[in-house]
Amino acid sequence: MNGPATAIRVDLQLIAEMVEPGSRVLDVGCGDGTLLQHLWKTKEVNGRGIELSQAGVNACVRNGLSVIQGDADTDLKDYPSDAFDYVILSQTLQATHNPRTVLDNMARIGKRSIVSFPNFGYWRVRWSLLFGGRMPMTEHLPNAWYDTPNIHFCTIRDFVMLGREMGLHVERGLALNGDGRPLRLDPAGGLANLLAEQAVFLLRRA
Amino acid sequence: MSEAAFTLPGYRIDLGVDEKLRLDCGVSLGPFPLAYQTYGELNADKSNAILVCHALTGDQFVGETHPITGKPGWWDLMVGPGKPLDTERYFVICANVLGGCLGTVGPKETDPTTGKPYGLSFPVITIADMVRAQRMLIDHLGIDQLFAVLGGSMGAMQVLDWAARYPERVFAAVPIAGAARHSSQNIAFHEVGRQAIMADPDWHGGDYLLHGSRPHRGLAVARMAAHITYLSERALHRKFGRNLQDREALTYGFDADFQVESYLRHQGITFVERFDANSYLYITRAMDYFDLAAEFGSVAGAFEGTQVRFCLISFTSDWLFPTSESRTVVHALNAVAADVSFVEIESDKGHDAFLLDEPEFREVLSGFLNGCAEHRGLVGR
Repeated sequence: MNGPATAIRVDLQLIAEMVEPGSRVLDVGCGDGTLLQHLWKTKEVNGRGIELSQAGVNACVRNGLSVIQGDADTDLKDYPSDAFDYVILSQTLQATHNPRTVLDNMARIGKRSIVSFPNFGYWRVRWSLLFGGRMPMTEHLPNAWYDTPNIHFCTIRDFVMLGREMGLHVERGLALNGDGRPLRLDPAGGLANLLAEQAVFLLRRA
Repeated sequence: MSEAAFTLPGYRIDLGVDEKLRLDCGVSLGPFPLAYQTYGELNADKSNAILVCHALTGDQFVGETHPITGKPGWWDLMVGPGKPLDTERYFVICANVLGGCLGTVGPKETDPTTGKPYGLSFPVITIADMVRAQRMLIDHLGIDQLFAVLGGSMGAMQVLDWAARYPERVFAAVPIAGAARHSSQNIAFHEVGRQAIMADPDWHGGDYLLHGSRPHRGLAVARMAAHITYLSERALHRKFGRNLQDREALTYGFDADFQVESYLRHQGITFVERFDANSYLYITRAMDYFDLAAEFGSVAGAFEGTQVRFCLISFTSDWLFPTSESRTVVHALNAVAADVSFVEIESDKGHDAFLLDEPEFREVLSGFLNGCAEHRGLVGR
């Protein structure tokens, strides 16, 4: 864990701001460990990670992070309830096989969940389907329908509805543009669902 | 104790003097000699000690030229200045295991009650017994908490046992190419090795030292069979293929026509020069008996509430201690929300990969230890 804390992606920065210093965090789909590293450097967070790609895991452990190879769909069930203060799922929900079970497990394992995801209600996505008649591809969703890892897209409204159904309370929500910068919009409102390219929600069991 | 007769490098001390070592089999052992070697300096607050646990046929000479074979230490790649187990930062300790044959008490040592070598009257020892003896050594050195305990194969079993038995004495644990229990297939391979030794007429019911003989043929066959399990089919094929040994054509006989035969014979012959046949019986038995869940109820139960930081490492082509075995331990550690890292290294070198030059493995080990050193306050953030 050498070197100073460096600037990280804006959406990760926003997630990091939702985390209390010194807390216990599980980052599901932690990639190369950028967020965990940042949380350790800036907030002395006791962090763990799960990552699907072996290359990502090895990079994390090489950097002194506690990360295992695993899968959000299959491996969350092993963890005991209330083991973490926060369970983070960043830009991974749409790639899971069973998003509801994943969210359920996150809410069980962590006192709070932080979820960020691309918004399929974004106007360009709607435009592409409505007028292009093609499955949308954007700068941030660059894969064609046949080779995308993203199999469970949702809109912000879909997500908010599911959260409500699961008895999860939204503590904070942010509607973000493509670069991850927040828009001054009610994150659960119709305008955000149209104009935001992604969103971050901080949830806790109601 | 024959302090003067101990001519190997390193140290040899008597343990179990005040309080004997109570073995799982019920026998109390002590006083008994334990041989160990160290590298680097213990710091003032004794917080930089790393215990390396050796494998079945390893020994305490982890980071120096071996005094008997003249070959580099078995983990020379890992231990030394600037290496992952950096001896400029850490104090590295490695002890010959209980039941071993390089200075620690084992079947070839003299039983003080009879004045003769123990042979098969040596009590059957377990992985836990090895760890208890190591704990006595760590007590003797005045170390409250080891910074890390590392080991591959049987070493990994000891690491897991350390973390389960003495969690407050271990800051970080690195079980490499290991398992929480010895599998049926692995017990089967060990049984082949033991039967080969015991079928050698020179074994004399375990009393070969009294007969002035050594069951070299049996032990060599045991080693040959075991050695195959340490490699992978791909590695063997890459190294030897069907190449012939120093000849142009098949000889239609039972000489070592193939290079792979010659290689195995060489492995067998060189092994018997440095290893004791009865030690091989005892130590393989200890591995067979290892089953964390049997003692602690479940693997997770062994680690309930643990504060130890774990890093498990496995190798893709290791079929003796496959990745699935490490993953079982990882799942158990997740179930108790332990601090765990788990890395599978891509390698075609089989189980032996943990002893070989695998850059990714070295980097992972280095990175994990550096991260732990930060958390332990051994280096600045």
